[in-house]
Amino acid sequence: MAEVALRGAPERGFGRSMSQQRRMSRTVMYTIVFFLLVLFGFPLYYMLIASLMTQAESYAWPPLLYPKSWVFGNYPEMLSRVPFLQWFWNTAVIAFFQVIGATASSTVVAYGFARFRFPGRNILFLITLGTMMFPGQITLIPQFIMFHRLGWLNTFYPLIVPGFFGGGAFNIFLMRQFIMQLPREFDEAALIDGASYLRTFVSVLLPLVKPAVATVAIIVFMGSWNLFMEPLIYLTSNKHFTLAVGLRFWDAQPAAGELTLTHLMMAMCVLTAAPCILLFFAAQRVFVRGIVMSGIKG
Amino acid sequence: MTVAVRERTVTPGLAGALSRVLKRSPTEIREATWGIVFVSPWILGLMMFTLGPILASLYFSLTEFDILGVPRYVGGENYITALNLGNVIPAFAEIKGDRLTYTAIGKTLVYAGVTVPIGTAGSLLLAVLLNQGLRGTYLYRTVFFIPHLIPSIASVYLWKFLMHPRIGFINSMLDSIGVTGPGWLNDPKSAMASVIIIGLWSSIGGNRMLIFLAGLQGVPQELYEAAELDGASSWHRFWHVTLPMISPTVLFNVILGVIGALGVFTVAFAGTKGGPSYATWFFALHIYRQAFEYFRMGYGSALAWIYAVGVLLFTWVQLRASRSWVFYAGGN
Repeated sequence: MAEVALRGAPERGFGRSMSQQRRMSRTVMYTIVFFLLVLFGFPLYYMLIASLMTQAESYAWPPLLYPKSWVFGNYPEMLSRVPFLQWFWNTAVIAFFQVIGATASSTVVAYGFARFRFPGRNILFLITLGTMMFPGQITLIPQFIMFHRLGWLNTFYPLIVPGFFGGGAFNIFLMRQFIMQLPREFDEAALIDGASYLRTFVSVLLPLVKPAVATVAIIVFMGSWNLFMEPLIYLTSNKHFTLAVGLRFWDAQPAAGELTLTHLMMAMCVLTAAPCILLFFAAQRVFVRGIVMSGIKG
Repeated sequence: MTVAVRERTVTPGLAGALSRVLKRSPTEIREATWGIVFVSPWILGLMMFTLGPILASLYFSLTEFDILGVPRYVGGENYITALNLGNVIPAFAEIKGDRLTYTAIGKTLVYAGVTVPIGTAGSLLLAVLLNQGLRGTYLYRTVFFIPHLIPSIASVYLWKFLMHPRIGFINSMLDSIGVTGPGWLNDPKSAMASVIIIGLWSSIGGNRMLIFLAGLQGVPQELYEAAELDGASSWHRFWHVTLPMISPTVLFNVILGVIGALGVFTVAFAGTKGGPSYATWFFALHIYRQAFEYFRMGYGSALAWIYAVGVLLFTWVQLRASRSWVFYAGGN
């Protein structure tokens, strides 16, 4: 299914029999698409060019459509004003451990759900699905209190540790769907040959679920990179901030009568967004497959 | 596993004892034990980070708790305050109500009421366009999707810049055609609309669009051919073939869309701080303020419970209502 999603579909629908009418409706469609491209693309373009303007240019009236001076120096200047590299590192560390926790743990748990019969399995799985519908706000306050008691505020633990316990309902669900598609004969053969469950899991199943692991890894990475509310709550000191939380610096910056340093803020926005966009280009197939699997088979 | 052989031979040890008590073969018991072992991280996680906190939150909601001291039991007072019941029930008249709760509920419902229908229809429209085999489809899909990849706080700041009342790009465009632009995020009259625009921009081309696209591609081609032979126009084909066939996908997207929209936070937090004059005072922001700025954990928990019950109610109503309009091709 995901493979199909990547190509344009075969032509269908919309007046195929009458070529005159068809050409017209094609023209209409290309017009709509062009309009939408501007709508979605222009703000992105504007973010990029504003990051290359001088401050005066970014506040020029009327606004410029392209930078006159191409100030690439905005980027080093931004780096010198905020601990961007520190924040980048923090974000990367958190994302790394979230990915490890979620992939490792959801694979193990999903194997349990997909291949074993045990009392309470179905009800447990239903509860798992139910938690996806449950708004996270309700667990936020008790979790905060718990992490406060543990002395974990202003550390990365609150963001990292929970992922190692199951890896989240969504990822378990995704992984279970994937494992259930695999033919049972593979692991049954290993079991009949006398391999233990653990051994079957490691040497038969793990190699087969690699694509699903990649999918979960990418989805978790992107979610983690863009996480805002949790780091905002748990990380209070400047040097522990993630990029999303650190970005607020530019909003609070101007003293009375001064303009925001929007050009530098946009430079940081570009660099903050870049990893996810690059990853999307690099691993589009894997990513799209995961999203599609979650929606269609659900 | 299916290979399980129902042996009734006497096996020594704990497994043997268990198998005799439960009248299950040792193989079955071994399978169940290993199943539970594999699932156990999640059982622990569910207890520690979901079910436990949900129960704890129910308890905290009945207390006054500033996180440093000990929770002080106050009964239903937080709920009376939150829902402003003092005005309605004379017995509670001395408990001062929180006027902002209903503001928050109202603003959140407006936001969801606008973004979910427009967002779902918009995502479907994009998916349909991407499914026409137009030249450059790959490029279009990427451009539509990228706004979803930008951290939400970055897109808020970007739009704040574009929507700047005096020197922003949008108002300069409006100015050049002789229209005086609104104050966007700075004006109580236009703040909600601005927040909605930002929310839609970053989500219409996102996951929802990809899920719709896959749904559209799963509709069997023969159905279209049959409809075409019957002389159905392209609009009819969309309405009577495509929509019923993808209705489960629509339901999925609407339910997740509602949950997401009711939880709107970052746009208001970073873009308007809930203002101006509470024009974008969403519920998640209301909870955040009480819990993490004033550290009123008890009151915040009560608000969170009111919120959660509301969200679950919404989901339940949608699932009920879906029986009349969702069509499962497989029977089911």
